[in-house]
Amino acid sequence: MDILVCMKQVPDTETKIVINPEGTGIVTDGIKYVMNPYDEFAVEEALKIKEKMGGTVTIVSMGPQRATEAIRTALAMGADKGVHLCDDAFEGADSYSTAKALAAAIKPLSYDIILGGKQAVDHDNAQVYAALAELLDISHVSIVTQLDVAEDGKSAVAQREVEGGAREVIEVSLPAFIACQKGLNEPRYASLPGIMKAKKKPIDVIDLAKSGLSADEVGEKGAKLKIRKFFLPPEREAGKILEGEPEELATQLVKLLREEAKAI
Amino acid sequence: MEREWLFEEDHRAYRETVRRWIARELAPYADEWEAAEEFPMDLYRKAGEIGFFAGGLPEEYGGVGGDFRYKIVNAEELVGCRSGGVAAGLGLHDTIALPPISRFGTDEQKERYLVPGIQGKKIGALAVTEPNAGSDVGGIRTRAVREGDEYVIDGSKTFITNGVRADFYIVACVTDPGKKVHGISQILVDKGTPGFTVTRKLHKLGWRASDTGELAFENVRVPATNLLGTENRGFYQIMEGFQEERLLMAAGSTAAAQHCFDITLEYAKGREAFGRPIGSFQVTRHKFADMLTWIEAARRLVYHTIWLHINGHECNKEVAMCKIFACEKAVEVADMCIQIHGGYGYMMEYEVQRIWRDQRIQPIGGGTTEIQKEIIGKLLGL
Repeated sequence: MDILVCMKQVPDTETKIVINPEGTGIVTDGIKYVMNPYDEFAVEEALKIKEKMGGTVTIVSMGPQRATEAIRTALAMGADKGVHLCDDAFEGADSYSTAKALAAAIKPLSYDIILGGKQAVDHDNAQVYAALAELLDISHVSIVTQLDVAEDGKSAVAQREVEGGAREVIEVSLPAFIACQKGLNEPRYASLPGIMKAKKKPIDVIDLAKSGLSADEVGEKGAKLKIRKFFLPPEREAGKILEGEPEELATQLVKLLREEAKAI
Repeated sequence: MEREWLFEEDHRAYRETVRRWIARELAPYADEWEAAEEFPMDLYRKAGEIGFFAGGLPEEYGGVGGDFRYKIVNAEELVGCRSGGVAAGLGLHDTIALPPISRFGTDEQKERYLVPGIQGKKIGALAVTEPNAGSDVGGIRTRAVREGDEYVIDGSKTFITNGVRADFYIVACVTDPGKKVHGISQILVDKGTPGFTVTRKLHKLGWRASDTGELAFENVRVPATNLLGTENRGFYQIMEGFQEERLLMAAGSTAAAQHCFDITLEYAKGREAFGRPIGSFQVTRHKFADMLTWIEAARRLVYHTIWLHINGHECNKEVAMCKIFACEKAVEVADMCIQIHGGYGYMMEYEVQRIWRDQRIQPIGGGTTEIQKEIIGKLLGL
């Protein structure tokens, strides 16, 4: 099986997000970047498929220079090689122009299945995989919590979460994109011997020229979506504590609920 | 993140792994294990799976090579497990049991102990201290007599970390009586060897989750091939290990002091008295300024000395200074942090008391502060 994993490097989930003064983005100084947690499930699942059926696992990622670290982490977990879309022209992309660049990098590759997280935890758009599947003209199954690839590698049965805790079971012909959800597996750690081995594994860097796309198709220029403003939700105000006798309190409370909170 | 000049890319990547592993697999259970005075044995095997013991040890036996900075990463990150006992249990197998096998062991001994040791499938303990000989290593009495192809060992050991649950013990024995430090050898004893017993599990002020044992040897016969390194060179072999052990203790104490500082800083910003956060009182602010100065000074001294050590420079004085300063200051920081916490600091549910209890051993174990000062004094020609 030729297994691809789309992976994004994102700010660590414990990062305290600070909006820049212009409101055009977040302050990136001092931010620690990690592999998107949902993509970890995808890498783990890819490695499990490889262990069962043989083949290779290739990590495909778009991002600045620093994204190499996350690719190396995936290689340390056991993936075989990386493809890194890295060029200033790719910066400022939305889901569509990201999918466009990923598709250009993936098209020349041989693949039987593509895995990725159900969404990246930075922008939380959850749209890249659908757009990418469309551009590659393959099916996709989203929010997958269980995956069984058929022995012949031609199809797979995926379970996906639907409303109310129910599961939907989908049989899909391969190649297809599988968007992974928490619960699919328990991602392994990048072991120290794995880290040492990862240093020798190849990462193919694809810049704009190599992608075969033009500058207008990718990054901010190729985006369908423009972010106008970033802002944080308002800070929670301190609660109000009423004082007095029970009857008095009840009257006050009803008054506040009616007039201030407009709840009754 | 790039502030730490001492470490390279591999160490940083490994630090990420070990930090996550500790935060997910150890920290959530720390309180439970501290209360039970024990942690599950399969932690060693799980640690082995992420390569926890592999750093700085040879590739042909399952290590990854490199120097002992990986072990420094372990010592620093283990602070995150929130139990000095778990840190000691994992850490001492890593740093005082495996390195001597790697350094002095025969190929056969390395196959037998180092390979499974790195995998976390066999656990080791270093047994030097005796009821009547701690700092005075030359004063040990456990005797090993050569009889044909065997050594016959008689004696006792105490304060042995992993003493109850280890699979193999590196036992310091007198092989040439009357020669003091020139007559000591290190001999490997497997668990289950007839005549070898664990007489007691000891209960301690801190390091609660670690297993600390008292051992007895009565007519214990082991093959002569169990000798580790050279006969009668045991004292020097032990001393060679002490250099790194002391640096690791100093690095671990510095990290613990930093952690204690961090949680106390949060507390002092939130806790109010007389209408304002206690951290805003000058008396408290100055405490924080003092503590941070000590921690930073300790870290710089320790990192500098590690650099000297890994680059082959003589640094006995500096190692002693690290051991004294970092370990003493960690106790002082923890004590000050309890004071800042007030009554809450004395309560078992607050972490600062645990850090204080766990750190209190640091100026004692691995060569007391007093012994370190003697080392410096002697090196000054006094």
